[in-house]
Amino acid sequence: MNTDPILRVGCAAGFSGDRTDAALPVVKALVASGGPAVLIFETLAERTLALAQLARRSDPEAGYEPLLDELLRPVLGLCLQHGVRIVSNFGAANPTGAARAIAALATQLGLRMPRIAVVGGDDLSGVSQRPLLASAIGSEVHALKIVSANAYLGAEAIADALLAGAEIVVCGRVADPSLTVGPALAHFGWARDDWDRLARATMAGHLLECGTQVSGGYYADPGYKDIPGLANLGYPIAEIDADGDCVITKPPGTGGRIDEHTVKEQLLYEVHDPAAYLTPDVVADISQATVQQLGADRVQLRGVRGHARPASLKVNVCHENGWLAEGEISYAGPRAEARARLAAGVLRERLHGLGPLRVDLIGVSSVLADDAGRSLAAQEAGSARDVRLRVALNHPERRAAERLGREVTALYTCGPAGGGGVRTALRPRLGTVSCLVPREHIADGFRFIDPDREGATA
Amino acid sequence: MTRSFQVSLYRAAHGRTGDKGNRSNISVIAWHPALWDTLVEQLTEDAVARQFAHRRPSKVTRHLLPQLRSMNFVLDEVLDGGVNDSLNLDSHGKALSFLLMDMPIHVTPELAVHLVGSDTAD
Repeated sequence: MNTDPILRVGCAAGFSGDRTDAALPVVKALVASGGPAVLIFETLAERTLALAQLARRSDPEAGYEPLLDELLRPVLGLCLQHGVRIVSNFGAANPTGAARAIAALATQLGLRMPRIAVVGGDDLSGVSQRPLLASAIGSEVHALKIVSANAYLGAEAIADALLAGAEIVVCGRVADPSLTVGPALAHFGWARDDWDRLARATMAGHLLECGTQVSGGYYADPGYKDIPGLANLGYPIAEIDADGDCVITKPPGTGGRIDEHTVKEQLLYEVHDPAAYLTPDVVADISQATVQQLGADRVQLRGVRGHARPASLKVNVCHENGWLAEGEISYAGPRAEARARLAAGVLRERLHGLGPLRVDLIGVSSVLADDAGRSLAAQEAGSARDVRLRVALNHPERRAAERLGREVTALYTCGPAGGGGVRTALRPRLGTVSCLVPREHIADGFRFIDPDREGATA
Repeated sequence: MTRSFQVSLYRAAHGRTGDKGNRSNISVIAWHPALWDTLVEQLTEDAVARQFAHRRPSKVTRHLLPQLRSMNFVLDEVLDGGVNDSLNLDSHGKALSFLLMDMPIHVTPELAVHLVGSDTAD
């Protein structure tokens, strides 16, 4: 349908909570290129969807990306004017609600109404889906207080929506790279079993899906890995060719850097066996892949191969999982570490029997250590002068978990001298069970949203 | 045989941690192709398992990507349950790449020119 050899896909978010001023430079660069282009936002981490389901429970209109308006407002007009299509999983637990919000935003901005498609079929949290989950997980699924259950959908419904004329495609749970594979599949018209090309586009999507993690973000280490302009990082753009190979670049005038090292770090991010990176679309193989710097902030990825897609789709089931209680208090100055260690001993004694207690001495030993305290026990007491004691435990019952916060607070009067700055937190925990469901049981597809007709609770 | 000297891994390589469930993957990317053979020889699965002993990984698997001068370590059950159950502030284990990068390795003097930074800078 299109003879342009290059499709540009820009990514303006790598997670829910990413910078909201990222998109404008990306869209400007896409527009300036003059060629076909797509803007993606990846806003769904493993557990974001469960949080979105909880939000929707308390407000039926909620449950999509809370920052949707901030993400889209600066660029929606420009995208519609220049034909930059938008594909995102910011629909989360309520893609239809997100679509309505986008339609309302377009109206508010005085723009023409875009053709908005919603991809569905991922949500398996309904009671009618329980037998399917039971067959995949086992009968213990009936004991779980399920918050969300979603299949990782692939690129096909996205591609179909784009081929049908969608200007904006709103998804819930799809595999992150599929946000890129879908547009490539639609643009180049590849066969849906062209595994090599699908795998190459998948790895292009993989390089994009964490936003600036490929362009210098989450990379800098002063004196070793210096990156210019971390406060103004450029978000990445993949230039994908008809074979699926890509060049990763970023908008001019932005901070950050794209070189072979930043690309390699992101290429291997969250990969296990490099010869078998599993997605709903394909099994990608980067064991023979190469990266090559073509110029400033331009790196080419080649040599990716593909194998037939898995017969099953991954499903994540999130369930209520008790309570996480945390408390912190600071000690500073002479013998700070000794006083923090004494306070830890007091808490161990006071909370004995409640469950395994984790102790951190922040400033001495914390995130690299283990929950059981082997690491801390093996470390000799030192003389650190600025230590924040942190304790944490899990408990199935809220009332019992609350005791931790009270005991940490009581250190104000009952603990060692000079403790200050108590903070306590009590949070519900979510557990996740992953399983595989044969793909023929998942009815994924898209539909267009008619903003004039959609009921408020559709 | 020239005499080798000891440096921290971060002078020869860089890397990033990723997590899925209770499993962590940590990449190790050579700063220079000349350092590759040294890394392959010394960063064995056993050596990495020892570096993470207190986190009790049930299994450490090394995948080599020679054309990228990179390797990928997969550490099973190293996250105390991961984001579901861990009591760690960093329940994803995002900081773990720096535990790996702290490993001592031995390099021969002719490779010194390819190392980055200095050992006094940490």
